[in-house]
Amino acid sequence: MFGTYLRRELTGRRKQTIIIAIGMALAIALVIIVNSVAAGVKNAQAEVLKSVYGVGTDITVTKKVSALSSTGQSTAQAGQNGQGPRFDFGADAGTQTGDGSRTVDSSRLSVGMGTSTMSTSTLATVKKTDGVSAAAAVLSLENTSFKGTLPTFNRDQEGQRGQSDTTQQSSGGADGQGGSSFSVDSFSVMGITPGAKAVGPIASTALVEGRTLTANDEGKKVVVLDKSYAKSNSYAVGDTIKIGGKKFTIVGTVKSTGSDSTTASNAYIPLDVAQSLSDEKGKVSTIYVTASSSNDVDALKASLEKTLPKATVSTQSDLASSVSGSLGSASQLVSNLGTWLSIIVLAAAFLIAILFTISGVTRRTREFGTLKAIGWSNRRIVGQVAGESVVQGLIGGIAGIVIGVIGVFVVNVISPTLTGGVSSGGFGGALADGARRAFNGGSGSTTGAGGTGSGFAAGAPGGGSGFGQTARSAASSASTQIDLSAPITLWVIVIAVALAVLGGLLAGAIGGWRASRLRPAEALRSVQ
Amino acid sequence: MYKLKNVTKQYPGKGRKVVALNDVTVDIPDGQMVAIQGPTGGGKSTLLQMLGALDRPSSGTIELEDSSLGQLGDTKLGAIRGKEIGFVFQNFNLIPTLTAQENVETALVPLGVSAAERKERAEKALASVGLAERGDHRPSELSGGQQQRVAIARAIVKEPAVLLADEPTGNLDEETRDEIMEVLEGLWRDRGLTLVIVTHDSAVARRAQRRLHIKQGKVKDLG
Repeated sequence: MFGTYLRRELTGRRKQTIIIAIGMALAIALVIIVNSVAAGVKNAQAEVLKSVYGVGTDITVTKKVSALSSTGQSTAQAGQNGQGPRFDFGADAGTQTGDGSRTVDSSRLSVGMGTSTMSTSTLATVKKTDGVSAAAAVLSLENTSFKGTLPTFNRDQEGQRGQSDTTQQSSGGADGQGGSSFSVDSFSVMGITPGAKAVGPIASTALVEGRTLTANDEGKKVVVLDKSYAKSNSYAVGDTIKIGGKKFTIVGTVKSTGSDSTTASNAYIPLDVAQSLSDEKGKVSTIYVTASSSNDVDALKASLEKTLPKATVSTQSDLASSVSGSLGSASQLVSNLGTWLSIIVLAAAFLIAILFTISGVTRRTREFGTLKAIGWSNRRIVGQVAGESVVQGLIGGIAGIVIGVIGVFVVNVISPTLTGGVSSGGFGGALADGARRAFNGGSGSTTGAGGTGSGFAAGAPGGGSGFGQTARSAASSASTQIDLSAPITLWVIVIAVALAVLGGLLAGAIGGWRASRLRPAEALRSVQ
Repeated sequence: MYKLKNVTKQYPGKGRKVVALNDVTVDIPDGQMVAIQGPTGGGKSTLLQMLGALDRPSSGTIELEDSSLGQLGDTKLGAIRGKEIGFVFQNFNLIPTLTAQENVETALVPLGVSAAERKERAEKALASVGLAERGDHRPSELSGGQQQRVAIARAIVKEPAVLLADEPTGNLDEETRDEIMEVLEGLWRDRGLTLVIVTHDSAVARRAQRRLHIKQGKVKDLG
């Protein structure tokens, strides 16, 4: 009788059933779409993070950055405080040209801006920590090369500093009248432990040509290049490339295994060589950690924070918040607007179901009074009302799943392209991604020159023209374009059905409770 | 057999209590056909509700066979209603979404009767009120007289000892009224029911073996 009565009620009161089902369907569909898009955005974030941090990295450990670099202070200021690369040329630097100018060519390997280093012993400490499956340390560096023509300075000008510039005479240089021409190029270099277990950025690379670094490469000037960087700069395996003023033999090229077009760094060299050339002996910038169990990541983070109070310990979820660009915006949109919209619509659907059920019970007062009069128990009547509500919820849930799946399908067909990057300030300056360098230099002026030589300092308070350059290589590795793919998991379907049943149960419980409170005599009297 | 002793029923009203039944003492033997008459608001329906175990008296006792209806809990009252008492209402009170057959079957649900037996007994009950061919019709597809027949079939399908009818012909024309009374009288006669009918209609009341007149909560036995 339960089934017959239920079926008759649902078909007999079609309007109510349809309204409740539509409300529930919209809510469930929205939940599915928001959940799927959120999962897609999360996957995209993971993809971005994977390309930067490597597959299997659960935690990164970096040194806490000083206020100077973490607050996004201007590059000019950073330079003034000696944070940027500095090129000093003596009077006899470079090669003399016919017109008296000098051409200079110098490169320097240094720790990138926004990056702090810590002792290599930190790696040993991390490895000893319970819950650590594997750990690897890298040293993120920036190779900056300076190439250009300096004008000839009249030695008689020495001691005339402070006089009007118009009295000074210069000759030669790029324009023959004391001007200068410089080119500054930079690319990222990462010192890695050759042959070590692949943890960290190198884990998300695949060999394209040649070979990777092996344990035998320690101390050797060999380099593996990012394929895109090698291609754009016409490098091939077997060629040489100048890093930190030294010639390195290119032994292989690698590409990203993720959706990113580039790997985390333009060049990978043995860690000991990187430390030596950058004057960072015994130092590393980031330690990448794989936890023994993905369930223990938070506990491991707490443990590492306790062991390493001066370090910044970040998990993947911490790092996800550092993903910027439209991907970051999408993440915020989904997590804020999407979630609240889902909750509001779901609450509205539940409310509609509850109100309609209560209204239905009120309208059916005589019906329930009659059933009680002929001996139906409260339990049976509550069960009947709850059953009807649950089935209405389920109908809405099933319709919602269909609408939701169609919605997700549409999202996947449109597949909006999201751009994701990793901001430098988000996690202790583990990367110098997006960091900008500015090099201020004098041109045709002796201001800022130091005696007999030409001083050329990043961020120096020099007059004349200044020029800046984006750290193109590093930035490119962090900016990723990903086509959003919204997955539908079994869990989303289960949650949707559970919500539909919950909504029905809630409405049924409240409606049934009202029905059970009806006294048969009053129920019959109220309508007669 | 019903035994009512000093039954009083009061309802809370505005500022004062409304006395619907005032110290009513009356016996109704098994198998008797009783008509209850009286003015509107006199307490007819309240008395019927007391007899039908739908409500409890404020004071006094109501006994049906060995059960004291005023002392029993809701569950036991529900069980007595489900097994012993059949109801027929003025407005038929059929469930609009169910067919005639299904409406009749609802009376057998509390008794735990199997689906097959429910179907068989409901068909027989409908046949006994002359609606064998209308089992699959919904109430809206039936006339007022037919709907009341379905309600009567629902009341008798569980073979109760008592049949309580509250203005069973109140919404029917004279011809249909007579048809319904024929049905009720036939069932009473054939099945040995105790039949209590609340009515305004003297023509209906005259058919009863005994008439009770109730006014301002006081019952007068007219014999």
